[in-house]
Amino acid sequence: MAHVEVRETADNESALRIKVTARGVNVYYANKRALYDVNLDIPERSVTALIGPSGCGKSTFLRCLNRMNDTIPIARVTGRIEIDGNDIYNPALDVVQLRARVGMVFQKPNPFPKSVYENVAYGPRIHGLANSKHDLDEIVMTSLKRAGLLEEVKDRLNDSGTSLSGGQQQRLCIARAIAVAPEIILMDEPCSALDPIATAKIEELMDELRKNFTIIIVTHSMQQAARVSQRTAFFHLGYLVEEGPTQTMFTTPSDKRTQDYITGRFG
Amino acid sequence: MTDFAISGRTPAGTATDEANARVRARYRSETRFKFYGLTAIAVAALFLLTVLTDILVKGLPAFTQHWLEFEVLVDPAEIDPQGTKDPAIIRSGDFQAIARNALRNIFPDAADRASRRLLDGLLSSGAGDAIRKQVVANPNLVGQTIRAAILLSDDADLYLKGYGTKITKEVGRGVAVPSGTSGEITIVSSANDFAGELSNIKETVSKLARSGRAEAERLRRSAKDIELPKAEVEKALTAARSINNAPRVATLEQKLSQHSSDIENLTRGANEIEQKAAALQARFDNSTGEERLDELSPSLMVAINGGLVKATQVGSNRLTGTTLIPLTSAAPAEARKWHVVVYMTPEADRRVNDREVTWLENLRDRGAVQRKFNWAFFTSGDSREPELAGIRGALFGSIITLSVTLILCVPIGVAAAIYLEEFAPKNRATELIEVNINNLAAVPSIVFGLLGLAVFLNFMGLPRSAPLVGGLVLALLVLPTIIIASRAALRAVPPSIKEAALGVGASDQQAIFHHVLPLAMPGIMTGTIIGMAHALGETAPLLMIGMVAFIVEIPTNITEAATVLPVQIYLWSDLPEIAFQSKTAAAIVVLLAFLFVMNGSAIYLRKRFERRW
Repeated sequence: MAHVEVRETADNESALRIKVTARGVNVYYANKRALYDVNLDIPERSVTALIGPSGCGKSTFLRCLNRMNDTIPIARVTGRIEIDGNDIYNPALDVVQLRARVGMVFQKPNPFPKSVYENVAYGPRIHGLANSKHDLDEIVMTSLKRAGLLEEVKDRLNDSGTSLSGGQQQRLCIARAIAVAPEIILMDEPCSALDPIATAKIEELMDELRKNFTIIIVTHSMQQAARVSQRTAFFHLGYLVEEGPTQTMFTTPSDKRTQDYITGRFG
Repeated sequence: MTDFAISGRTPAGTATDEANARVRARYRSETRFKFYGLTAIAVAALFLLTVLTDILVKGLPAFTQHWLEFEVLVDPAEIDPQGTKDPAIIRSGDFQAIARNALRNIFPDAADRASRRLLDGLLSSGAGDAIRKQVVANPNLVGQTIRAAILLSDDADLYLKGYGTKITKEVGRGVAVPSGTSGEITIVSSANDFAGELSNIKETVSKLARSGRAEAERLRRSAKDIELPKAEVEKALTAARSINNAPRVATLEQKLSQHSSDIENLTRGANEIEQKAAALQARFDNSTGEERLDELSPSLMVAINGGLVKATQVGSNRLTGTTLIPLTSAAPAEARKWHVVVYMTPEADRRVNDREVTWLENLRDRGAVQRKFNWAFFTSGDSREPELAGIRGALFGSIITLSVTLILCVPIGVAAAIYLEEFAPKNRATELIEVNINNLAAVPSIVFGLLGLAVFLNFMGLPRSAPLVGGLVLALLVLPTIIIASRAALRAVPPSIKEAALGVGASDQQAIFHHVLPLAMPGIMTGTIIGMAHALGETAPLLMIGMVAFIVEIPTNITEAATVLPVQIYLWSDLPEIAFQSKTAAAIVVLLAFLFVMNGSAIYLRKRFERRW
């Protein structure tokens, strides 16, 4: 445990409102069960890290939160997931509206093969968030700025998004996600394809973004979880083993498996 | 290590002889494989080159045409007897007669009916068309003598392109004395000017005599071969008679008489052939004896005193023949002032006879023959006359038919591909449809033709031979290809792009139409153009729906009768006229050019719109 450095956070976590509530969530891929009875509360305006070895179901759980699992025909989700007390698996709920509220950043940077500007402007445009070109420009600039990318790309707004470096591409994807003003941002191993410097920038950015957004991040790097998150949930073989404030999780885990994992005995 | 020692194995990568041998074998096998690959490519390239060369060599002559160009009197009597200058009347004038008369004026000696018909035959049946165009454009030309271009017939054209005969010309060494100026005349030379030709003929005679003798010998041997069985039959007959076996005697007697008559026939045949051979040998032995010429031997001519005499009988210094062009005088011609001319290809092996060759050579010497680019090939429709036939009708037919196909195929094919790839539930019904689409791509095209015949023509009653029906049938044929290519292109778009779009809250449809489809478009376009190229070359299904008719008119809409390029090639390849062979090759050149343009644009589009991610 000595090698994991845990940063003290000034926030008073208990005071935060619960944003996402998962109760008895099960996910099946065809007949294979990927998640077993997951119960988890995620507070708003904080970073929650989901950790665990490969294939433990953390990405699956993340993808339940904006119903990305709907795109996999064989996937089936049971249980109840609420955002602000509303069941997101309610048949009356429009999944497109949900995804506008729950943005997502993927493992591999996946900007559209269009200009930097178009990448960011696409979301606001399809949701009708801007009434004029001026509004749209405003949204794009603000989003790029909040993603910490504006300084680097302000002269290259018409260049293709794919011409940026890996770290810039990932920040462009974050800018794209925040441009539609979501409440929650899901990040699925956002730094796994990046070098340490780009990773550091994204981590800084997350710290900044959590003032306005609820961030849920899946990561393989325990250091990263320790650095950026306020709460951590440990998944193993489809079970949510343990969750709690990051500091507690990394210093005094209650479960043997958690301890083994964060000390590097398996995973 | 003890394990290795016990099992007799050494670690991999150790440089033992065995390992080295294995490495060498691997290198050998790689070298061999490279060699096979290169050989395969070389063979393929060679075949391609052969085909292209063959087509170009055959086809390129069809892109030019020979015209006569000389002074023509636009006779008012033939065109506009009343002098109305009305374009409608002028248009219906007999310009063919004007072209004919102009040519007859050049060769006034061709006065009898047969000669005139022969002379007229040099001209195309559309020979007057160019003059008509010129005169209709300017009616004031009626009654004047103008310089006009007159199209030659296909045979004359082919002759001038070099498909006629090689002509040799030798200067006369002695003084030649003609016996007259026209008709049957004799020319006597003071030197043995014709001896060379004579010995050539004699050589042929000798060859014939030799082969005759060989043939006679063969017949005699056959006759001898029958002698032995005949003797046996005779023996058996005597034996049968001695025991009074009447039925056997009868059959044997019949057999015997059969053998006898066979021997007799063979011997008689051998004798006849031998006699002929002997006669030929005698002609050969008499080296100064005169020989008759026929159409199976090269044509021997004498050009003397401005005329031309075709030999019918030749001695070493004497020649009898008929005049093809009358002589200007019967005066003796000095040495070097006259020529012995030989048309090397025998008359029987040519499409143009000696008189026609003479006229054409005469016209060429006058500078009246011109080789021009064959614009008519691109501006006119089909024709029964090779020199008038063009591919514009077929080209337009192809363009209209392909337009119909394209308009139907692209929306249906792409929509089907998007639905199947992105929206369709993955169940048995979808699977069945997918399997069937893949199967349809492998169905022989003629089956689609039959389907078109049954459904579009017989059931729906659409017009026969129309580009509409052709386009529909080709659309059916190409749809599976386009669907398969489009699905492959859609599948090749990384799913991360769609996820990204869904992640920012785009609906399925928005994600597909805004992001996936534009990225798949180059692939879809390539597939479509390759499908179209396939449709362009398709012949069999169009035969079934009657697009194989002889159509002169150039089609202008989708319900008019039309034909298409490959069908036109098929039609022309079937025609007996030799000139159509090169037309066929030329049409193939045009079809290939069309295909190259289409494939080229496919490559361009792919390169232009290809996006990397």
